[in-house]
Amino acid sequence: MSPLTAARVQMELSLGFHMIFAAIGIAMPAMMLVAEWRGIRHQDRDALRLARVWAKLTAVTFAIGAVSGTALSFELGLLWPQFMAFAGPLIGPAFALEGYAFFVEAIFLGLYLYGWERLSPWTHWWCGAAVAFSGVMSGVLVLAANAWMQNPVGFQIDANGQPAHVDAWAVLLNPAWPPMALHSTLSTFQAVGFAAAGTYAWTLGRSNRHDRYAREGLGIAMLFASGTALAQPIAGDVLAKRSYLNQPIKLAAMEGQFSTERAAPLRIGGWPDPERAETRYALEIPGGLSFLAANDINAEVMGLDEFPRDEWPNVVVTHVAFQIMVGTGMVMLGVACWYWIARWTSRRADDALPPLLRVALVFCAPLGFIALEAGWVVTEAGRQPWVIYKVMRTADAVTPVADVWASLALFTAVYTGLLVILVSFVRRLRVSDVP
Amino acid sequence: MMLATFLACVMLAALVAYAVLAGADFGAGIWDLLSRGARRDAHRAALARAIGPVWEANHVWLIFLIVLLFTCFPAAYAHASVALFWPLHLVLIGIVLRGASFVFRAYASESAATRAAWGHIFGASSAVTPVLLGICLGALSTGDIRKWASPFPVMTGVLALLISAYLAAVYLARESRDRLLRDDFRRRALAIWWCAGAASVATLLVARSEAPRLWAGLITWPPLLFVIAGALLAPLSFVTLQRSRFGAARLLGAAQIGVLLLGWGAAQWPYLIYPDFTVVGAAAPPSTLALTASTLPVGVAVLVPALWFLFAVFKSRDRGTSSPGV
Repeated sequence: MSPLTAARVQMELSLGFHMIFAAIGIAMPAMMLVAEWRGIRHQDRDALRLARVWAKLTAVTFAIGAVSGTALSFELGLLWPQFMAFAGPLIGPAFALEGYAFFVEAIFLGLYLYGWERLSPWTHWWCGAAVAFSGVMSGVLVLAANAWMQNPVGFQIDANGQPAHVDAWAVLLNPAWPPMALHSTLSTFQAVGFAAAGTYAWTLGRSNRHDRYAREGLGIAMLFASGTALAQPIAGDVLAKRSYLNQPIKLAAMEGQFSTERAAPLRIGGWPDPERAETRYALEIPGGLSFLAANDINAEVMGLDEFPRDEWPNVVVTHVAFQIMVGTGMVMLGVACWYWIARWTSRRADDALPPLLRVALVFCAPLGFIALEAGWVVTEAGRQPWVIYKVMRTADAVTPVADVWASLALFTAVYTGLLVILVSFVRRLRVSDVP
Repeated sequence: MMLATFLACVMLAALVAYAVLAGADFGAGIWDLLSRGARRDAHRAALARAIGPVWEANHVWLIFLIVLLFTCFPAAYAHASVALFWPLHLVLIGIVLRGASFVFRAYASESAATRAAWGHIFGASSAVTPVLLGICLGALSTGDIRKWASPFPVMTGVLALLISAYLAAVYLARESRDRLLRDDFRRRALAIWWCAGAASVATLLVARSEAPRLWAGLITWPPLLFVIAGALLAPLSFVTLQRSRFGAARLLGAAQIGVLLLGWGAAQWPYLIYPDFTVVGAAAPPSTLALTASTLPVGVAVLVPALWFLFAVFKSRDRGTSSPGV
């Protein structure tokens, strides 16, 4: 395995792993707060129990997220020293601000987790609010760094190939940042919301009786899950319109658009064949892509053929990952609507869920995380072969150290082991919920 | 250039904070690994109670430090990342395993056997990680950062291990309400004091031949001031421990580590990595430095009250026991 491949796989593994825990660490505290708020306000013991169980899950996932995030801050340099030597001063301030947010999160999480008996209920709740807020902020600030890699602004390159005339504020306040931050933040709430909803739908099915606790859990989870499922297509559309302007080649790869055309169709599914420069087996909606990208069904959409072949991303990976993200998003949106319709049309609040809906909710449990990871693949694979779009190639950023394969093997072993243990932990957490 | 110097000082301050706070958390893991005898379980419970609410916040100092390094001194960060590829990777494995095993032990262990297994991983990774971190820090001073497996970095690694264990024992003696536990930790702290003292002297002697520029720096004014201060503080902290003046011992213990690191920083000046990068030579463009420096007051305004609240809730003696909300 070449050092470049090994470094890429190690980065993908580390980020893909970290992302799961980061997502839970961002979204879970908000759900936990809703439960605790209901618990304190209505003296609802079931809601308080939920808050405690979710706090327990947050404790474990936050710790894993924190240490795997630390690993990433070193791996940026360990794997991509040339990238960091160049980009450190540009993306660094965002990471510094993220550092403060993360600091606040860690401090108040300590207070929240260990302060149930030491703090008054509302002080405790406000500590949780600080965790939830700073968790969202740290995610948003990390995305500022990634937004710059997609849309590098705020600097020039001097004769030595180093950044010059750096405008650190322009880098930070990158126009590509807000849509990315919104789309990604929503995705964390969506992933965690559906995962929790599926878990409690499953519990309700197993216990086969009026289980207030699981019902409460399902209700709060669906609040987040459906809100985000509705907002996500809009946020995604805003982001796709950004790509149309800033990274047309990425949009072309996402859509399997090989040649530049007016009234470009929206392709649903299909398999791109870069050799023949065509996407086959797709369901095509005429003018759909032009409309979505530019609000005009006759707009011109750039195809991959506008770009030299060695600047193409992996079209198959990008397109398929994009289809997975959109497809799972649509399924989740449908199930969310179904859930609320079923709730509003049921006569009593504690009517049992329709069995088919329960199956659908359980089916949706992993979809949010699949969509999250797929969306990340789209944005990162779609940027290749560049690490900094049109500025630095990934191949030029990699470490000169030859034995990256060995560090990759080590990380694979550790992260796989941790994931297996965590899954068993979450399973036990759920089973032990059943009173 | 003033800004670069200022930010390098901020990094040194963050390093001191990391050493005196997170160092003690590593030390708690070391004592967990070494705990023996009838009160073993009580020791482990006290250790877990002491670090549970604070270890993650303390850990963030390292992230803060590394972010400042790659933002403000990107060339030095890139260079160190290549040269210290293996020790840093092992540090990461240590950090990941330590954090994971700590929370798994606290929250996710059904049986005593799994708890014990996680405890072993927690203890072992708590012992190995500070050694590796000490090695990385020592390697910056030797003159060839790639030779991290040479006598001087190895000595600084050992010293980091002993210092961590010392701080943990002192803090735990201060925090324990149980008289027997307090005495256990006091005796451990006194024993480690001798080891850490011997290791400090040995490290200095090794520096003479293995890190000559650092040695030359240490014996000139003003870094010599820190060496003298360290030599004065060490016996004081021993005496306070012996007389069970734990509040003073905690303060003096932390001050000792602070003085040690400040002395290292002063002697290392003007280099970040000797002889490859100076602070000024590796500095990022002025706009980046200015923006980073301007975030500091915001950070201080937010973090100081928050940290004060955290430590006031969990580290004042008169409060009840804390336990994870399970």
